[in-house]
Amino acid sequence: MSDVATAAPLNPASATPENIVEVRNISKFYGSVHALDKINLSFPKGQMTTLLGPSGCGKTTLLKIIAGLLEPSDGEVLINGKVVNGPGPERAFVFQDFALLPWATVLRNVAFGMELAKVPKAEREDKARHYINEVGLSGFEDKYPHELSGGMRQRVGLARAMVVKADVLLMDEPFSAVDEQNRRKFQEDLLHLLAAENKTVIFVTHSIEEAVYVSDQIVLLSPRPGQIHSIIRPEISRDTSPDDIRRDKKYLDAVENIWTDLRKYLD
Amino acid sequence: MRLFGFQIPPVFSLLFWIALWEIAGQYELAFILPPFSDVVSELFILIQRADFQDAAMLTFRAFVIGMAISIVLGIFIGFAMGSSRMANSVLGMWVNIFASAPLSSLVPILMLLFGLGQTTIIVTVVLFSTWIIALDTYAGVNHISPSMSEMGRSFGATRRQLLTKVLFWAALPEILAGVRMGLIRAVKGIVIGQLLVSVVALGRLFRTFSDNFQFEQFWALTIILFIFALTFSSAIGWLENKVEYYANTRG
Repeated sequence: MSDVATAAPLNPASATPENIVEVRNISKFYGSVHALDKINLSFPKGQMTTLLGPSGCGKTTLLKIIAGLLEPSDGEVLINGKVVNGPGPERAFVFQDFALLPWATVLRNVAFGMELAKVPKAEREDKARHYINEVGLSGFEDKYPHELSGGMRQRVGLARAMVVKADVLLMDEPFSAVDEQNRRKFQEDLLHLLAAENKTVIFVTHSIEEAVYVSDQIVLLSPRPGQIHSIIRPEISRDTSPDDIRRDKKYLDAVENIWTDLRKYLD
Repeated sequence: MRLFGFQIPPVFSLLFWIALWEIAGQYELAFILPPFSDVVSELFILIQRADFQDAAMLTFRAFVIGMAISIVLGIFIGFAMGSSRMANSVLGMWVNIFASAPLSSLVPILMLLFGLGQTTIIVTVVLFSTWIIALDTYAGVNHISPSMSEMGRSFGATRRQLLTKVLFWAALPEILAGVRMGLIRAVKGIVIGQLLVSVVALGRLFRTFSDNFQFEQFWALTIILFIFALTFSSAIGWLENKVEYYANTRG
């Protein structure tokens, strides 16, 4: 497996500006359950990193610790070289269950981050409309979440996270509640959208194909306790069409290699 | 309801019983049951009487003030119980006891404590309705998906913003259900309370009417109270319907 990075965990002294997010020595216990064990990871600026692993490997826990929504039992998270405790404006979160306000329209939901930051109404709605258009929902501004399909709801969740201009986008299995056809379309749209925005994305998924398709870097986690198994860089060219990527030998090899690694954790 | 293949509108059931009442009254089958038409005409006389209007105004004003206090207090207690384990263990037992206790027996004591005026009615309403509002609010807060507050926090909500812009609205369907139940309990509380010590307001009117065998007036007053309770409860029901669409779709 030539494309597995050998020196995966970086040493703590190298807080280079290229790594916008650094995770140092993170451990997490839930009571007596050891969820994460001494995780060290670096997330290069402007790249998409996927946390991939079987259920129970702590990938969502790690993402929520990076988001500042969970306290680690040990270790620290650095954003732009600074230790952070709790959520901050440089990170935005996309939720697995969308977490939209059911009583608010699409427009208000997308603008909600700015509403909390007390941005004037006209200004925040202007910006929100721009991203509603970007995610392909123009015309749905005044609809309520229950009037939208799962895929459309997650587009609202994505627009809400994009519009606050956070450098880091944290996505927790964003497509798991979206059906297969919409999921593929959504993945393509996401890559297209991110190419123009220079965002750093940390993406949690349990789908190997999804991880390889969207990622610059894949972190494979092993379960109980969650540890880094390996880090893979698929090195797939993103200049070709989505269909060509899915037929690319590197794409197919990477999927196969990861599957070989992960299957030993299955019962 | 269907009868002989015809769809019968629900209002016919009401009309049927009213007709039965009227017939029973006209034939004087029971002395406590005067004809319905007499009751209705008495109702219109009653609502123009000064002593009725005074009693109704006093009761109504006290009721509204009492409900306002209950709603604020109940929501506060419910949120405290829902967001702090300690508050839940300290308050939970008492709220449950008060929500299920036969509180009517306390009303005479309240009258001794607070006199025979408005204060007693307000305290009665608060005592009868606060606990169920607190319990329903607590259920609502518990029902909120954890990702809702995570969403608020991740987008930088302050504690206050999280409460007023996310959690309150997320719990609103249960809160409204609690308010409606509280309201019905408060009406019962007032009527029972005033009947037990029938020297104030509507309670005195009820006592006067039944002691003097004025059954037309007695039933007229009962119907007015029914209409009042139904109107209030349907108003809340209407609000509940407005928020129901998202109660069904959240989480």
